[in-house]
Amino acid sequence: MHINQISVFLENRTGGLAEVTRLLAANNINLRALSIAETADYGVLRLITDDSERASAALLANGNILSVNPVMAVAVPDKPAGLNELLEILAEGDIAIEYMYSLLTQQNGTAYMVFRISDEDKFVKLLGEHNMKPVCPNELNIK
Amino acid sequence: MNRYYQPEIETASQEQIRAWQSERLVKQVKHVWDNVPYYRKKMEEKGVTPDDIKSVDDLHKLPFLTKDDLREAYPYGLVGAPLKDCVRIQSTSGTTGKRVVAFYTQHDIDLWEDCCARAIVAVGGTNEDVCQVSYGYGLFTGGPGLNGGSHRAGCLTLPMSSGNTDRQLQFMTDLGATIICCTPSYAAYLAESIHERGLRDKIKLKAGIFGAEAWSENMRHDIEEKLGIKAYDIYGLTEISGPGVSFECQEQTGMHINEDHFIAEIIDPETGEVLPEGSKGELVFTSITKEAFPLLRYRTRDICVLSRKPCSCGRTLVKMSKPMGRSDDMLIIKGVNVFPSQIETVLLEQGYPANYQIIVDRVNNSDTLEVQVEMTPENFSDSLSKITEMEKSLVAALKAMLGIYAKVKLVAPKTIARSEGKAVRVIDNRKI
Repeated sequence: MHINQISVFLENRTGGLAEVTRLLAANNINLRALSIAETADYGVLRLITDDSERASAALLANGNILSVNPVMAVAVPDKPAGLNELLEILAEGDIAIEYMYSLLTQQNGTAYMVFRISDEDKFVKLLGEHNMKPVCPNELNIK
Repeated sequence: MNRYYQPEIETASQEQIRAWQSERLVKQVKHVWDNVPYYRKKMEEKGVTPDDIKSVDDLHKLPFLTKDDLREAYPYGLVGAPLKDCVRIQSTSGTTGKRVVAFYTQHDIDLWEDCCARAIVAVGGTNEDVCQVSYGYGLFTGGPGLNGGSHRAGCLTLPMSSGNTDRQLQFMTDLGATIICCTPSYAAYLAESIHERGLRDKIKLKAGIFGAEAWSENMRHDIEEKLGIKAYDIYGLTEISGPGVSFECQEQTGMHINEDHFIAEIIDPETGEVLPEGSKGELVFTSITKEAFPLLRYRTRDICVLSRKPCSCGRTLVKMSKPMGRSDDMLIIKGVNVFPSQIETVLLEQGYPANYQIIVDRVNNSDTLEVQVEMTPENFSDSLSKITEMEKSLVAALKAMLGIYAKVKLVAPKTIARSEGKAVRVIDNRKI
């Protein structure tokens, strides 16, 4: 049910992001999702790759500072108001989202959103009440 | 014009000054021996007793005091008068968080204010002047010292304290301030503001007394030109009293040390050996009139040169050059003493690695301090708000330790150069 997300500390400077993607490319690791949260001086790069173990090993070997955290992905219909319907449910159910971003797939008609939620039990229960559940990693070809 | 505040002292013969010094030193050593067990122990360890000190020539026999001693003896260990006779505390930052706390009897304050009055009269201050004191008031000695000196010199005193430039300029123009006392960087900032606001014709300043931080001849010329004044240096340290330990006269070629209160020596900072007049070395002061905080042979860590060449102002007091550097790693930022070790203490307390770099710069005539520290796996989180919270608490802890704002910059691991042996912790980009 959980997907492993890798967060990497990045200094805010030209070429910093390319260093990470270069490393992933060299190790033949495919990106599934990516988001960046930043301040003026630094940022947190959040990655979902097809192989989080190999990706984090490569980054650690490169001297990067990272943390691996479980996140959840939820399918939403790829149409207007698709995401809104889900977020309305979460708002109604009083679920606080720490952060979220979208995940790339090649499946027609479905988009996926990655969620970092503090109260996951409540989140999963609420999804179940609406006949939804977090996506399993293998459905997304993620190890 | 009244050129001296205490002419009989300021123009006394060298012999007279030496006689005063010897007499007061002998008395002071006895006073310290009887009242300051901490220093008595140091003397005993060196095998010196008050009987060995018969004149200034014997000064070199006494042990040194350093900032480490002040920390060890903190807070009351070096006090030489009963606390019931002490009336004031002033303070400055110390090496690793323990502040330097200095004590004063009323007599000490009287003499300190006399020293400051000498400085104000030396730049032409009289009872017809309006003296704006824009040093900070409070634990910092700048405001209280010059304030007292200004009273004694008979000036109409404006106790502005530091900051609030709008209000500073309003009082300066409305009340016709003729003398201003502040840090040189604040003077440069005020000069810039006066220039920008087109107030040059509305100010009546003729002289400024600027101290508590390093400044160059270039900066002096710049301030003098922009404000149409004469800019004078003043020197002092809380441990010895505060501003007014030495002061510039109208010749502007060094600061006359108030030798009737403070004996100056220049030593080799490595060996502690006293160097002959004219040598460059570390300045050491012995307070010979202080009652509450009578420091003997206190190492200032300031590197400078003393000169007894006759001065055109008529003063016979020895002159010291502007400090040319430090024999320790103390930085003076916005007039505040900052030690890298203080920053290190805070970083370790807050769970950061001791590998850090301090970048000091001067932007728009104001000092800036940036502390660069490496991110660690323990401090990292996928939540940006957790990282920024941590950063904020580090900024707050640094502010609490240093008394000034330091920008914190979190950097990637291994980006701060690790040098063999002594690390280069400080990069000072100020062009003063």
